[in-house]
Amino acid sequence: MKILVCISNVPDTTTKIKFKEDNKVFDTTGVQWIINPWDELALTRALELKEGSGGKIEKVSVALVGDKSSEPTIRKALAIGADDAFRVDTDPGDSFYVATQLKEIAKDYDIVLCGIESSDYTSSAVGGMLSEMLEWPSVSSVSRLNIEGDDVSIRREIDGGQEIVSSQMPFVGIVQKGIALEPRIPAMRGIMMARKKPLNVLEPIEAETLTEYENFEMPPPKAAVKLVDEENVKELVELLKNEAKAI
Amino acid sequence: MNFNFTEEQEMIRQAARDFAQRELIKDVIERDEKAIFPTQHVKMLKELGFLGMMVDPAYGGGGMDTLSYVLAMEEISKVDSSVAVIMSVHNSLVCYGIEKWGTEEQKEKYLKIMASGEKIGAFLLSEPEAGSDATSQRTMAEDKGDHYLVNGTKNWITNANCGEIYILIAQTHPEKKHHGINAFIVDKETTGISLAPHEDKMGMRSSDTHSVMFSDVKIPKENRIGEDGFGFKFAMKILEGGRIGIAAQALGIAGGALERSIQYSKERKAFGKLISQHQAIAFKLSDMAVKIEAGKNFTYKAAWLKDEGQQYGVAGAMAKQYCADMAMEVTTDAVQIHGGYGYVKEYHVERLMREAKLTQIYEGTSEIQKIVISRALLKD
Repeated sequence: MKILVCISNVPDTTTKIKFKEDNKVFDTTGVQWIINPWDELALTRALELKEGSGGKIEKVSVALVGDKSSEPTIRKALAIGADDAFRVDTDPGDSFYVATQLKEIAKDYDIVLCGIESSDYTSSAVGGMLSEMLEWPSVSSVSRLNIEGDDVSIRREIDGGQEIVSSQMPFVGIVQKGIALEPRIPAMRGIMMARKKPLNVLEPIEAETLTEYENFEMPPPKAAVKLVDEENVKELVELLKNEAKAI
Repeated sequence: MNFNFTEEQEMIRQAARDFAQRELIKDVIERDEKAIFPTQHVKMLKELGFLGMMVDPAYGGGGMDTLSYVLAMEEISKVDSSVAVIMSVHNSLVCYGIEKWGTEEQKEKYLKIMASGEKIGAFLLSEPEAGSDATSQRTMAEDKGDHYLVNGTKNWITNANCGEIYILIAQTHPEKKHHGINAFIVDKETTGISLAPHEDKMGMRSSDTHSVMFSDVKIPKENRIGEDGFGFKFAMKILEGGRIGIAAQALGIAGGALERSIQYSKERKAFGKLISQHQAIAFKLSDMAVKIEAGKNFTYKAAWLKDEGQQYGVAGAMAKQYCADMAMEVTTDAVQIHGGYGYVKEYHVERLMREAKLTQIYEGTSEIQKIVISRALLKD
């Protein structure tokens, strides 16, 4: 059995976001790149499953669509414990384009895990598109994943509760927080081994990019907080009604 | 000149940072206050491979360079120098000493279990009356033919309790003064070794520091490191490398203080604006950053020289002296920026200030570093 974890190369979550070219392009100057946090949790769970499988899971691979500059992120995944990696050598474009590229790699695996969204463009679409292209079942919002015999047992988060479902393999799991406690810190040995593990660079296959970014806007700055004395409910109501226009 | 870190060095720095900011930060104040030994964290150091990280992979180590070690020490010291000093003594003093000067048998028997972090090392040089003046060793290792018989007391020993493998420096031929000193590998479980109570220190309170007493302790002949009388030279050589680790620790302490000061000054308001917008504070932050940058250049260069196989003794002494004194200044400024909050434990900077003080004292005081540097300058 083999697991593929699809990873994205995203700006560190503390990055100050800036745009250029009339706010059409994200300015990557000085940006630190990391594995998309949800993908990193998916990788952590995949490694836990492999370690607990008694050899049943033979390998965990990672796949990423991006140029050479994304290789440090891939090697971090290898340092954490992935056995090998694939990089499709092209700009990620949009979700449809990325899913099309990943499909070719994913078809050889039994379980494919994707983060529920990437922390940069948050389209939340690759996992769903990928399962559709593969014609495999998929489950989203997965917060627990176990292998039981030939099936996978899944817990997913739904409005007001949780749902427990099972799926046959092959399948695509779109995972969110809770799938693993926290991402692993790579050990020194893993860091030294990372360069020795296979990193396969693939040429992109022809596909369309169906979306384009017209303009980015920064969210409005946070308004100052007004503190109202706890005994002065009348003033609070007044402010909510007339100033915040919330009621 | 290439000032860029390699991808591996950057990954190691980030791994150490994640470990420090995610794991060490929890309960660090309580560990310091109650002098609780960080047992769990030392276990994590082992699992992550920070113990023995520079040892040759042939002996089970990480095979990393000194610069990687410096970056790891720096990030860990930003949060908890007690953990950093455990790592520093184990790596820079004990593992390095045995790897560089030990016999193949000694490496097989002792280095392998230390490189994996299974056992921790301690370095026993200081004595009640031989600190900076390390030539005045009173602990005796009498040559009894097939073994050495050791009697005496060692002071201020980091890892004395958690450590299981000691490197002991002791006098064998007093008439030869420092040329009569030897170094030995000692198993802590050997009969006749006892520990005094844990020292109640000002800072780095959760590392275990004890005096160690030797009473008729038999050490096998094959546990001596190097030729008869090599001990003093051995100790001085080891301390040359140790200084780089302590410089990195001081650098981390200062860096941690600056990070906290930047954060605080962007949150705290006074006279109607953030204190970072007052020039008095902004300039202080600038001065701190300039000093830390200078300290990085000293320390990284010393590490680089060591990795290149060049002389690094004076560079290490400069790095240690500058960074220790600088960490004291920077942490004092950090407390000042925090005002009253800086003087209470919750905001961490008072602890960093207490930790900085020790870097000016141990592994060669700032004054001893000046002796090393000036002697090199004045050498004919």
